Amino acid sequence: MDNLISLMHGFGVAATGFHLTLMVVGVLLGILVGVLPGLGAPNGVSLLLPLTFSMDPVSAIILLTSMYWGALFGGSTTSILFNIPGEPSSVATTFDGYPMAKQGRATEALSLAFLSAGFGALAGVVLITILSTWVAKFALRFSSPEYFAVYFLAFASFVGLGGTSPFKTIVSMMLGFAFATVGMDTISGSLRLTFGFNELLSGISFLVAVIGLFGIGELILTMEEGLRFDGIHAKVSPRDVLATIQRMPRYWMTLLRSSLIGCWMGITPGGPTAASFMSYGLAKRFARNKEGFGKGRPEGVIAPETADHAAGTSAILPMLALGVPGSATAAVMMGGLMIWGLNPGPMLFIEKPDFVWGLVASMYLGNVVAVVLVLATVPFFAAILRIPFAIIGPVIVVVCFIGAYTVSSSMFDLWLALGFGVVGYVFKKLDYPVAPLVLAMVLGDKAEDAFRQSMIMSRGSLAIFWSNPLVACMTALAVALLLWPLIGMAQDRLRASRAVAPVG
Amino acid sequence: MKRITALALAFAASVASAPIAQAAWQPSKPVEFVVTSGPGGGTDTFARVVQSIIAKHKLVEQPIVVTNKGGGSGAEGFVYGKGAAGDPHKVIFGTNNEYLLPLVAKLAFKPDDLTPVAAMAMDEFLIWVNGNAEFKDAKTYLAAAKSKPEGFKMGGSQSKDTDETLTKLIEGATGTKFIYIPFKGGGEAAVQLAGAHIDSNVNNPNENIGQWKAGLVKPLCVFSPQRLPAGPKVAGDMSWGDIPTCKEQGVGIDQFQMPRTVWLAPKAPDDAVSFYADVLAKVKDTPEWKEYIERTSQTNRFLSGAELKTFIASDEEKNRKVFEKEGWVVK
Repeated sequence: MDNLISLMHGFGVAATGFHLTLMVVGVLLGILVGVLPGLGAPNGVSLLLPLTFSMDPVSAIILLTSMYWGALFGGSTTSILFNIPGEPSSVATTFDGYPMAKQGRATEALSLAFLSAGFGALAGVVLITILSTWVAKFALRFSSPEYFAVYFLAFASFVGLGGTSPFKTIVSMMLGFAFATVGMDTISGSLRLTFGFNELLSGISFLVAVIGLFGIGELILTMEEGLRFDGIHAKVSPRDVLATIQRMPRYWMTLLRSSLIGCWMGITPGGPTAASFMSYGLAKRFARNKEGFGKGRPEGVIAPETADHAAGTSAILPMLALGVPGSATAAVMMGGLMIWGLNPGPMLFIEKPDFVWGLVASMYLGNVVAVVLVLATVPFFAAILRIPFAIIGPVIVVVCFIGAYTVSSSMFDLWLALGFGVVGYVFKKLDYPVAPLVLAMVLGDKAEDAFRQSMIMSRGSLAIFWSNPLVACMTALAVALLLWPLIGMAQDRLRASRAVAPVG
Repeated sequence: MKRITALALAFAASVASAPIAQAAWQPSKPVEFVVTSGPGGGTDTFARVVQSIIAKHKLVEQPIVVTNKGGGSGAEGFVYGKGAAGDPHKVIFGTNNEYLLPLVAKLAFKPDDLTPVAAMAMDEFLIWVNGNAEFKDAKTYLAAAKSKPEGFKMGGSQSKDTDETLTKLIEGATGTKFIYIPFKGGGEAAVQLAGAHIDSNVNNPNENIGQWKAGLVKPLCVFSPQRLPAGPKVAGDMSWGDIPTCKEQGVGIDQFQMPRTVWLAPKAPDDAVSFYADVLAKVKDTPEWKEYIERTSQTNRFLSGAELKTFIASDEEKNRKVFEKEGWVVK
């Protein structure tokens, strides 16, 4: 109840004309940087940071977070339209979003993505409002073994999804782990797999890999298939947006499950990327009819988007309460917090209630503003696909390379992106899945750090993953998810033998 | 015709002003602040505070852009700085990692590649334990640790970096043996201690203040020759000045500090070095800088010129001893 009163007070702080203008400006700027892959939210926010030095902290954080929401939405746009995820967390959106766009259902896919993202974000804020005090305490119970269990859970819910041969999945995932180890190792403080290249000191940027694997790889494939997007034939009308809004309630189960996964991953804190992958994996697993996933199923867009935004939003809370940023963008904002003279930590809620609750209230308003604004851009973005491929194709190539270059202003990254483009093409041709590689690349080094820290803590005993109820539950769940496909196979075989039995 | 006159005038003006420009070097294009840590890290805050003060007091005519190059524990930024040899528009911000990192990892830059400009603040180190721990002072904590070798977990930021170095120094001085667990950064080590997953850390004041205010962690002693300046109360009836020095507590380490340093690319002209040293000296006299130093509980100490070179040489020597003893030095 106290929280609700504080929230009302927060609305008083956030809902001024000036702040609403900041939100609109922030969201529009955010969509812009989100749509250009590589520029992305972290770079956009750090470019804007110097402008906020003269503002008061509440206005400053409202501008920056609004830009963040805008960038998250913008990142989904390019995932769906061009198969280029702007942020690691929107990779899973490409799996079904891009096929939908290719079939001429771009309007539907974009609207679904934005609506479910908005729903997820609101679920995240509601959680923050109700559970703010409890969440901070809960997050303190997480140490390296718990982190590892969370990542393990994300991997487990994604492998064994079927589709291709399990061996190909493993090959792809192991390659991802290898890419993730490049650069400085936290645990030993030594360089690994840099082969004397200075450019590899900071590791292989995830964005460069994704721009190559998805963006460029897909372009090569499209060229081979005959230079056309089916989107050309699609009609684009604002009415499609309304029709999609009407259809949304039909997917309540997916929305609910994905919000729960997102909130859980946001506060634990596994992060939005793990959340979106896990949500996609579970949506497919729980679907009555698994056919069609990866070929343009609405649930395949709704699940990752909802979870991504629910996690992204609820992760703001641990950041404020613990001072540990959950994402690159959050780290930039936290740096801002310190420059404005605020110390993130448990006392922030007591010392600066105006700031904290003003921010929470602005998250409600900012996300509503963002959803309205991005929905208005849907017809415009969807219309891009009607431009002939001969024109849009080269433009995408240019955007891809600009994006890869912007990540760290390095020419080396362009070659890397091209290399990954070829890898992406070869993977598609040989029917190797790309997703496990991407998942391993994003979470690989975090999982490795957490595992090795746990091993140092326990002096090498695996029992640490069963040492308390929290970590034991998560490990058990992960193992169960991992073995699920085997159980399923055994059941099928049993059923098959029974079906055969009467005949014999 | 008009344009030609204007051009001629501009040319004449630039020729006329050239001798003055040479006497006092001024940046002629936007200046890049290269931060050798990720966004939100201590070095990042340091550079951005300097940037905001310069902008506010208009100490540099040209605009300043901050870029983060924190890959490989900061090596990325130093290598980038080395690549910009002769360009005095790249200012590199770091800590003592500029001259310590190349000792423990095989990197494409050497400590004396970059030109030192100034050290602006010294970050302090303390021994912290969980807020509910039974230990009242460093003496009892270290005695408990001594009686149980490898029974206590010390968390810190990164591996073979300042936190682990200090842990090794403590072990050498007190005959203890900790399990050192490297985390990605000081923030993580702070939260792990607040959650009682580790027994202690040696965080900088700024990394733990939030948790201390909430009573989740508590300081036992500080590695400085004198106590920190007494300020307002931070937690309960304690202020920074009430924390005993580790020397008082019988730990044979006089001092362990981390300088916040500023560098230029190799072959930077002397004029440029003194230009930036002057600007930074002005920065340190602003109220905003004092506020930053107080808020982060660092020690205000400004070094430049010969003084700075002596400091770097002695700091490197001190750390090298530990590295050699632990076998961390790469050939």
